[in-house]
Amino acid sequence: MIKVEGLTKKYAGITAIDAISFSVEKGEIVGFLGPNGAGKSTTMRILSCFLPATSGKASVAGFDVATQSREVRSRVGYMPENVALYPEMRVQEYLEYRAALKGIRGRTNRQRVNAVKELCSLRDVESKLIGALSKGYRQRVGLADALLHDPDLLILDEPTIGLDPNQIRQVRQLIKDLGKRHTILLSTHILPEVEMTCSRVLIIDRGRIAASDTPEALAGRVRTAGGVRAEIRADSSALDKELSSLAGVRKSEVQTLEDGWCACTLRTDAEHDPREAVAKLAAERKWPLRELGREQVSLERVFAEITQSGER
Amino acid sequence: MTFLTLLNREIRAYFLSPVAWIVLFFFLLLTGFNFYAGVAALNRGPSEVTVVEAFFNTIFFWFGFVLVFPIITMRLFSEEYKMGTIEPLMTAPVRDSQVVLAKFCGALVFYIVLWLPSLLYFLVFTWVTRLQAAGAAGPFIGAYAMLLLIGMFYLSVGCLASALTRNQIVAAVMSFSAITLLFFMGLLTFFILNITPGLREMTGYFSALEHMAEASRGFFDTRPVVFYLSLTVFVLFLTFHVFQSRRWRS
Repeated sequence: MIKVEGLTKKYAGITAIDAISFSVEKGEIVGFLGPNGAGKSTTMRILSCFLPATSGKASVAGFDVATQSREVRSRVGYMPENVALYPEMRVQEYLEYRAALKGIRGRTNRQRVNAVKELCSLRDVESKLIGALSKGYRQRVGLADALLHDPDLLILDEPTIGLDPNQIRQVRQLIKDLGKRHTILLSTHILPEVEMTCSRVLIIDRGRIAASDTPEALAGRVRTAGGVRAEIRADSSALDKELSSLAGVRKSEVQTLEDGWCACTLRTDAEHDPREAVAKLAAERKWPLRELGREQVSLERVFAEITQSGER
Repeated sequence: MTFLTLLNREIRAYFLSPVAWIVLFFFLLLTGFNFYAGVAALNRGPSEVTVVEAFFNTIFFWFGFVLVFPIITMRLFSEEYKMGTIEPLMTAPVRDSQVVLAKFCGALVFYIVLWLPSLLYFLVFTWVTRLQAAGAAGPFIGAYAMLLLIGMFYLSVGCLASALTRNQIVAAVMSFSAITLLFFMGLLTFFILNITPGLREMTGYFSALEHMAEASRGFFDTRPVVFYLSLTVFVLFLTFHVFQSRRWRS
């Protein structure tokens, strides 16, 4: 569905994306993962024919984005990062206009508008002015717009940014459902989002593809980069000594909290999970244990890990 | 069809914003006053000019006239750039030329609407005084045709200025300067003392004042018609290229 070869984009001296190549097959949901400024939006804008590439080739459904741009645009549903809408229009009116612009007229126009309103739960706001909508609703109008012409490929640039947790859940579910019929390329910098929705992940960092993998494999890599944290009430130096001697623990940090408990952070080897050993240790020593779990890994660390391993 | 969809949206954009109504209101006020002043002047004694001629050749008329183009056109492209709505617009399967033309025609429609109430003045004048406002149909049609022609050219200049920048104020200043310069080019003859006949003739071709004075007297001249139509097409062509250049400028 998407084929990108050696795509490069330079803005006034800055290289936003640097000769990236990847392809996306029909029916895949591919997550584009990367920190801000990594080149996600730039790539998506090139694929949706909004920006031209400096060099390299990109095609969607066999049509070249540079030379057959209108063919591509009529097959792509694109939702930009900042959904910009005309504030003086009403939701219904806007969707009808957008559908007409995409060549959907007459009775089909009505049908498609109704269908996307249903999909994106926009029924209750259909007669509201767009300028009066909350961010969440505007985001959904943008998504509805992208779906209007039932495109072969959906390009969604951070579709859940600025939404509240409930809405995020709804949108993710929607994306999952859409993935049954459409090919989807979505970008995000939220790791769980990718794990939940995508069948494949492309990690992009400083304009290069750093990794391409399934979310499971990626999650595995992330776990190794993480650690285990526990809160135990004990003497901190004794605790530190015991924890460091557990199998697979590379490094332990023990910090005494104000209420007398100790917060411990353990760095481990990839193949070891020391949680069971920690629980056993606490039980043997009769140390009260009130928390034990994997540490939430920040995305930066994952990136550091992945890009470093890429350089090696 | 795509063009009509775009045009429809452009026209609606005008009338859905308060700016359009404010412009309409004050423009009516200005032309109304201008009309009143013209009739009052004619009331004082016999005159060589008709009401139509008086209406289209006063300072009130010209001042409002020059000012109205930047106000109509400044938002056309600049607003889309600034708000980012250019992104959904240009990722829909539309041609750049369709967008440029739709924006120009939308502005033209608003401009025409702006002038419609003034037709009423002359109808009311004829109805009340039982006198012909223009003496004959020719000057009447001529004046409005010239209004349309000059309007098209200046609107295209406004489009070009708006396509150049994402800042509406900058667009307005640019088009205002350009239009004022073009408009008063005909007055150069007053400033250059030892003007050659050739130069005088040259500036005469550019002079909207002169074109309007002649048309509202009932003279029909093909030169200004060709002049304004060809310049409009040329400036729209430039606008199209400037609009396309956003791709490699980014």
